[in-house]
Amino acid sequence: MSVTERIDAYPTRTIGGYGVRAGRPLPFGATPVPAGVNFSVYSEKATRMWLVLFEPGAEQPLAELEFPAAFRIGSVFAMTVFGLDGGSLDDERLEYGFRAEGPFDPEHGDRFDATRVLSDPYARMISGRDVWGTEPDRDRPCPYRSRLVPDDFDWGDDAPLRIPTEDLVVYELHVRGFTRHPSAQVSAPGTYAGLREKIPYLKELGVNCVELMPVFEFDEHDNPRSDPGTGEPLLDYWGYNTVGFFAPKAGYAATGRFGMQADEFKTMVKELHAAGIEVVLDVVFNHTAEGNEQGPTISFRGLDNATYYMLTPAGDYYNFSGTGNTVNCNHPVVRDFILNCLRHWVSEYHIDGFRFDLAAILDRAPDGTPLANPPLLEQLAHDPVLRHCKLIAEAWDAAGLYEVGSFPDYGRWAEWNGQYRDTVRRFLKGDPGTAGELATRVVGSPDLYTGRGTAASVNFVTAHDGFTLHDLVSYNDKHNEANGEGNADGANDNNSWNCGAEGPTEDPEIQRLRMRQMKNAMAILLTSQGVPMLLAGDELARTQAGNNNTYCQDNELSWQDWSPHETGEELYRFVRSLIAFRHAHPLLRGADHPGVCSGSDVSWHGTRAWEPDWSADSRLLAVLRTGDEQIYVAMNSHWEPHDLELPTPQSGTDWYLVADTAAEPPYDIHQPGAEPPLTDPGHYRIAPRSTVILLAR
Amino acid sequence: MALSVTVTTSTDTATINLIGELDAASAPAFHDTIEQAAAAGVTHVVIQAHELTYMASAGLRSLVFARQKMGDEVRITVAGPSAPVARTIRQAGFDRSVTLVDE
Repeated sequence: MSVTERIDAYPTRTIGGYGVRAGRPLPFGATPVPAGVNFSVYSEKATRMWLVLFEPGAEQPLAELEFPAAFRIGSVFAMTVFGLDGGSLDDERLEYGFRAEGPFDPEHGDRFDATRVLSDPYARMISGRDVWGTEPDRDRPCPYRSRLVPDDFDWGDDAPLRIPTEDLVVYELHVRGFTRHPSAQVSAPGTYAGLREKIPYLKELGVNCVELMPVFEFDEHDNPRSDPGTGEPLLDYWGYNTVGFFAPKAGYAATGRFGMQADEFKTMVKELHAAGIEVVLDVVFNHTAEGNEQGPTISFRGLDNATYYMLTPAGDYYNFSGTGNTVNCNHPVVRDFILNCLRHWVSEYHIDGFRFDLAAILDRAPDGTPLANPPLLEQLAHDPVLRHCKLIAEAWDAAGLYEVGSFPDYGRWAEWNGQYRDTVRRFLKGDPGTAGELATRVVGSPDLYTGRGTAASVNFVTAHDGFTLHDLVSYNDKHNEANGEGNADGANDNNSWNCGAEGPTEDPEIQRLRMRQMKNAMAILLTSQGVPMLLAGDELARTQAGNNNTYCQDNELSWQDWSPHETGEELYRFVRSLIAFRHAHPLLRGADHPGVCSGSDVSWHGTRAWEPDWSADSRLLAVLRTGDEQIYVAMNSHWEPHDLELPTPQSGTDWYLVADTAAEPPYDIHQPGAEPPLTDPGHYRIAPRSTVILLAR
Repeated sequence: MALSVTVTTSTDTATINLIGELDAASAPAFHDTIEQAAAAGVTHVVIQAHELTYMASAGLRSLVFARQKMGDEVRITVAGPSAPVARTIRQAGFDRSVTLVDE
């Protein structure tokens, strides 16, 4: 019997001119089945539900098919629709949505609005924002329409790389900003295809994991503010405002106008994998683009507001995310939604891991109380499909829940280590009382991650949120005026130091010091145990002119400038060599904290060997790692030089100079095997505000 | 403009000539032709696209289908595509499935 002869491939009744039969409640969303498409949507309190079909781009619906009462199983409306192929629609061209009728009773959490056509929460693609930045038609009914994705991508032999977490060097980038600048010189600027063209660069730099800022479909026009200088509307450039959780951002695809964003995205992942680079997605489950009661009704609000959002007893939105609403992550239905979404990205897009934005919200109960054993986090940790995924938490939220070191980890979760960032920044600028804490941070923060190993700590000095590395050493204060909020947005507590002048300067002394400070940050980061994460462009001294919150800046302020210039080239060479050094020396990547069966030992030193100075005034610290080899890293944030007495290397070896951030290039870092021996084997004079790396061999 | 699809087959090569617009409406005809070529057991399929003015995503999907239907032992060439068609094929990554020959 052929597939088309299956008895379930025939309609049992006709609705709206289409043959239909009772559908299957699972999986949710639209699923091609023999001769038709199965549609399934959940709503606890909807009294009636319609499937709304559109021809591509058409303003008005082609048909509205009400789900008969008999097609409702539990709280799931499910219907298989036939004849789409034979009509003017087929799977590929079909656009659809749902219309739900139910109570509008905000005090009890219900906000149904049957005049709206809603997006499918499980939509595999969303149309409506196909080309980045094009002016939206705000009067268009159902601006975000759901679509299907053909299941025909040829992955060949592609498989997850499963690089041990402690071996990763993560590179956080914005898909559009990475190649949008004309100097990127790619054929499709600002797109997945453009990123593909930069894979050779990533490979040469040596990173083996890219962390992509949000790529779930969002609306870049979701920003009410304007540029105070030009009056031009500002966009939501970052996209932490999801419209479609299962859909890749079409505006990031050169082929989005043809509806081929899924193909383009998958090709990018496949080629990154072929280059030995994993792909981690920054995912935003803490809130949605629907905002508070003033926001647009796109999907969840109109389907089942009380299920998907955390509501106060009065029916108002809790705002733990700082954006108006909070996803009700530990409601069983929402848990399943998040789990299914992540499974989708792992199985359909071969994603290697996820970084969860404001992840502390993921362990809040429906009433907002933090849970000791949040079922969602446990479920994600043990899910078979996600078993080998990296799970990384931004372990805080916008309502003061700060869980760095205490995020429920289930033996699986890693964290963005905000304390690493703050400690290294304070040490670098010479704050007193930081040497002791720095010691803890550079060996994987055992105080925070006892029993979890160093891979629980994602170490970073800069990330998208905050200053770039260049700006960290060039500005004391944020300069966010271009964001249109009177410089009130963005963090005030940056632990930054401008090295003597605010912003651009012609003073060569200040320029030299800034360069050295950037190298210091990279040297500490890339010799620390834990997982180093670099912000894209920091290796080229990318500046945002002191703006530490460029969420709305789709312009040169955010875009990576690839023009070769002296500063960028010098820093790039230094960072690339440091990454190569890290890859070449497993001692720097030890998964265990010191003293935990690690096969390596850590000792601390000051100006005198074996005598670290832990006093509040200490601004110099050296760490010696000893295993099959020995690596000594001395960090001096003092404004004076110091004569270091070096610990005696293991018998039969001598100290060789790997890097000295105070040395002029090319002597600031030496290539593997070409490291020079020390002229005075037992001593080294460390310059003011510099970092020295020695290798015994 | 409608699509004209013609096929000539030699011992090991099927040549598909496309003239006009390959859009959603005409893609099924192209798809059927590719299926016939696959069934004929050739080792090389050449799609002559010199006179193809437009190719919708449905047509591109047919190329992906052809690749997977015929297996790796069959070479698929798209000859002389217009610049927009070639660019779209490359950006979506379909140039991994077929060989583009710009003429």
